[in-house]
Amino acid sequence: MSAHRVVVVGGGLAGLSATMKLAELGVAVDLISLTPVKRSHSVCAQGGINACNDQTRQLGDNEWKHFDDTVYGGDFLNHQPPVKEMAYWAPKVIDLMDRLGVPFNRTGEGFIDRRRFGGTLYKRTAFAGATTGQQLLYALDEQVRRRESEGLVRKFEFWDFLAPIQDDSGRCRGVVAQDMSSMEIRAFPADAVIVASGGCGLVYGRSTMSVFCNGSAASRCFQAGADYANGEFIQVHPTAIPGSDKLRLMSESARGEGGRVWVPRKPQDARAPKDIPDSDRFYFLEEHFPEYGNLVPRDIATREIFDVCVNEGLSVEPDRMCVYLDLTHIERRELDRKLGGILEIYEKFQGVDPRDVPMKIFPAVHYSMGGLWADYARSADGGLEPGAPQNQMTRIPGLYAMGECDYHYHGANRLGANSLLSCIFTGLFASPSLISYAQSAGGSYRDVPASLLESAVKAQQTRHDELLKGTGDENPYLIHQELGDVMTRSATVVRRNDQLQSAIETVDELHQRAKRVHLSDSGSWTNQNVIFAKALQDMFPLAKCILKGALQRDECRGAHFKPDFTKPSLTAEDPAERRRQAEQWCDAFEENNRKYLKTTVAKWDASSDQPQLSYEDVDTSLIPPRPRLYGLVGAEVIEEVWSERAARRQSEASDTQPSTSSSSDAKV
Amino acid sequence: MIAPESNPTSSAAGARQAQMLKVRVLRQDGPGQEPYWQLFDVPREPDMNVISVLQRIAAISETVDGKKVAPVAWDCGCLEEVCGSCTMVINGKVRQSCTALVDKLVEDQPDEIVLEPMRKFPVIRDLLVDRGRLFHALERVKGWVPVDGYYDMGPGERQSRQQQEQNYPLSQCMSCGCCLDACPQYLKIELEQEDGESDEAFAARQAAAYDKGFIGAHAISQAMLFNNHPVGKTLADQRNEELSSAGGIQVCGNAQNCVAVCPKEIPLTRSIARAGRSTTLYQLKKFFER
Ligand SMILES: Cc1cc2nc3c(=O)[nH]c(=O)nc-3n(C[C@H](O)[C@H](O)[C@H](O)COP(=O)(O)OP(=O)(O)OC[C@H]3O[C@@H](n4cnc5c(N)ncnc54)[C@H](O)[C@@H]3O)c2cc1C
Ligand code: SF4
Ligand code: SF4
Ligand code: FES
Repeated sequence: MSAHRVVVVGGGLAGLSATMKLAELGVAVDLISLTPVKRSHSVCAQGGINACNDQTRQLGDNEWKHFDDTVYGGDFLNHQPPVKEMAYWAPKVIDLMDRLGVPFNRTGEGFIDRRRFGGTLYKRTAFAGATTGQQLLYALDEQVRRRESEGLVRKFEFWDFLAPIQDDSGRCRGVVAQDMSSMEIRAFPADAVIVASGGCGLVYGRSTMSVFCNGSAASRCFQAGADYANGEFIQVHPTAIPGSDKLRLMSESARGEGGRVWVPRKPQDARAPKDIPDSDRFYFLEEHFPEYGNLVPRDIATREIFDVCVNEGLSVEPDRMCVYLDLTHIERRELDRKLGGILEIYEKFQGVDPRDVPMKIFPAVHYSMGGLWADYARSADGGLEPGAPQNQMTRIPGLYAMGECDYHYHGANRLGANSLLSCIFTGLFASPSLISYAQSAGGSYRDVPASLLESAVKAQQTRHDELLKGTGDENPYLIHQELGDVMTRSATVVRRNDQLQSAIETVDELHQRAKRVHLSDSGSWTNQNVIFAKALQDMFPLAKCILKGALQRDECRGAHFKPDFTKPSLTAEDPAERRRQAEQWCDAFEENNRKYLKTTVAKWDASSDQPQLSYEDVDTSLIPPRPRLYGLVGAEVIEEVWSERAARRQSEASDTQPSTSSSSDAKV
Repeated sequence: MIAPESNPTSSAAGARQAQMLKVRVLRQDGPGQEPYWQLFDVPREPDMNVISVLQRIAAISETVDGKKVAPVAWDCGCLEEVCGSCTMVINGKVRQSCTALVDKLVEDQPDEIVLEPMRKFPVIRDLLVDRGRLFHALERVKGWVPVDGYYDMGPGERQSRQQQEQNYPLSQCMSCGCCLDACPQYLKIELEQEDGESDEAFAARQAAAYDKGFIGAHAISQAMLFNNHPVGKTLADQRNEELSSAGGIQVCGNAQNCVAVCPKEIPLTRSIARAGRSTTLYQLKKFFER
């Protein structure tokens, strides 16, 4: 029998890579998932996975630049040591996935082919057709099946994780979960637990995510005492296909392969798109951002599309907002080879061939940058200390968060193709940390007191029974719909304090109503109704973190955009005056960073049913924050002023502080 | 099991709003119980698929004659035909419900939409079935690359574009089970947990029964995928052995129903033909090496 047992909640890329690595290290794993792990949401990822590579290196790229692009794209809200470690691991992650059999697209000579994604100038993204996430997930699923057949891994699929089990010291000793068929509630003792439960798109009703992405697992940990960080940072993807049950993603790779975004210059031009000559087309991304063109970072592309439709009234259709994403200038064969999968999705759901007719797209909620607060140990070289027990550990000792449900890799805005990387990286890199933890914490999954397990099960059984008995009259499905509507209206692309304030009130009311749900099924066999009701109730703590975090953050950073707090472009023509404005601009930037370059950390207060927010410093010790100036008038002057200041600061620093040690961890 | 979404209230939608969709569902309360039919009325909306129809039914939970009933149980995930969750039999044809567009279904069969669970897997409840056997078959064919471990050992062997283009389509199998449901040789195996039998004992008994049943087109195709991988092929003999044993390739009657229903258009008959050749060669080799 294995010395250690770990419970992994979630079998997406993060959960599976962790399971696989733990099994290799001889640890027994109980893997719990809402769905057969092979069906996890990661399967939806289309575009690819980033790593610098032999080709980009020769064009001047390296790991450090990947790291730099990631924190710059994230508007410096990312913790830098974990991001640095991830960037340096990236090429190794691709190599491993290649060995596991992922059919990455190949060049004519048989090397792994690459494409360019948003927010970088290099072709770093490896891809497998247009179903990269599916292919990566399957490779990991296969390895986990192999370990399962060897007996080290036990899978509990169609099981709902309900809560961590904590002993008197607060330490996590396992989990409680429920079989979604028999409705049995059971305790799973463990030396340590990983939650790898993905994003929380369902809080917004419709998004690009799978129906499993309801945030329930993260919320249950949050309510048990793990902190939730940066909740307000929700990525809205610029290009999705509007639908009544789901907003289906049109991957960034469509633009990576040359797709162009445009609207007719004449509002709602009635001509067929191909009859509109170039001169009557407004390629607004290319015009506004000559360097990056259609591949500006997501937050910017999203706002531009939103702006062109909402403020300039140039939506392609009069009663539904959308713009064209055009691939029709690219050869069919080429499109089939590189984008086949996603073009089929469009064709299947819209009944139109995007190889002939430009697609109609609009932004949609896509990714949660925020998540469970998790720790790390910084190494002397500014990366992570391998095997340190605190890597990825939440505030609950012995409970770890990995993948989209953690918070520190993507800052205020995630770059395309970086998430698959962070998921696999954390699973591989941080799993050994659980072993060090289990060894240093002592005790074992075998000697968790039975009374502790029983009382944890009992608490969940009570919640379950009370829901079934419920005498309320609220319909959980309709409440979910209302929640989705209010979140989508108030906390997506453009945020205003009055709207956020009123959304907070609405969500409070909905939360109270959600406690009085009436279930149309009170049975004790495969009761999807009660499982949904629980997930719904648990969406509220996260929704509240998102709204309150957004309300209190009076600035623009990455995906969080408040028009009332934008920084102005430079207006002066006269060079001296312009220079003075740039100085002022930089002063304001620095002042703003002093106040808001902070992680939002929420603690759940059960007595008031509200999150309590506090703010924590971000470790920016490796790359000093600099302004993100995509498309701003006067950017060159600001940049000039900024580099002078940076140079000055650096020379001052090296005068006073010969060892560049800022390693006294910025995190408290 | 997710919430329905608001109706877009454009005028076109308003006009069609009055239109009701009749949806007939074959229900079953639990394993081994008698199935029964129920009819639901669902307001028609633009751009509906069978998933959104089921979402409306979940929210109303009322039959045409106003009887309050438990919501229909079913499975879905990605809603874009890539996870394989939502397979069911729609108007007599096994397929994914997320890509079953109502407009299209009504065009072909205007009076009603008929939903039934898959026929070759044990029903858990209503449209939800237990596809454990399907995943078990992937273990039978050792559908993985037997790498030494997960340390950094540099890149894998270089592969030609041609080989990638051969493997990628096979690797898109999403374990939906359509090919199995349509196959005349794939027969339902349904066991019941006995009183006092532990979960582990039941799982072992199930696995033993599955081992004797037909392995299925999807698994044959996966075996061919891994046999075509530079390191995966080191297990080729073991895969061929499994495909040659009871429930192996010889069960396939070449009816080709599987390939016709595969939503991912996986060239299953090509895989089956390759597997036929490969197991024959393997048997010959075994014969001469005796
Ligand atoms: C349409 C789309 C396309 C994308 N494309 C890309 C891309 O090209 N490149 C990129 O880098 N990123 C992409 N992303 C983002 C990326 O796919 C995700 O961030 C990533 O897959 C998340 O993986 P994960 O392992 O954290 O979680 P998931 O894959 O979401 O897995 C979560 C797991 O947790 C389980 N779970 C959840 N709740 C519970 C519970 N209560 N009880 C038990 N189990 C539970 C689920 O069953 C599942 O197994 C895309 C995202 C979307 C929506
Ligand atoms: S070809 Fe073989 S596997 Fe396919 S349907 Fe026919 S009998 Fe079944
Ligand atoms: S081969 Fe096709 S039909 Fe069969 S399980 Fe795979 S994807 Fe589904
Ligand atoms: S819901 Fe994933 S295939 Fe239909």
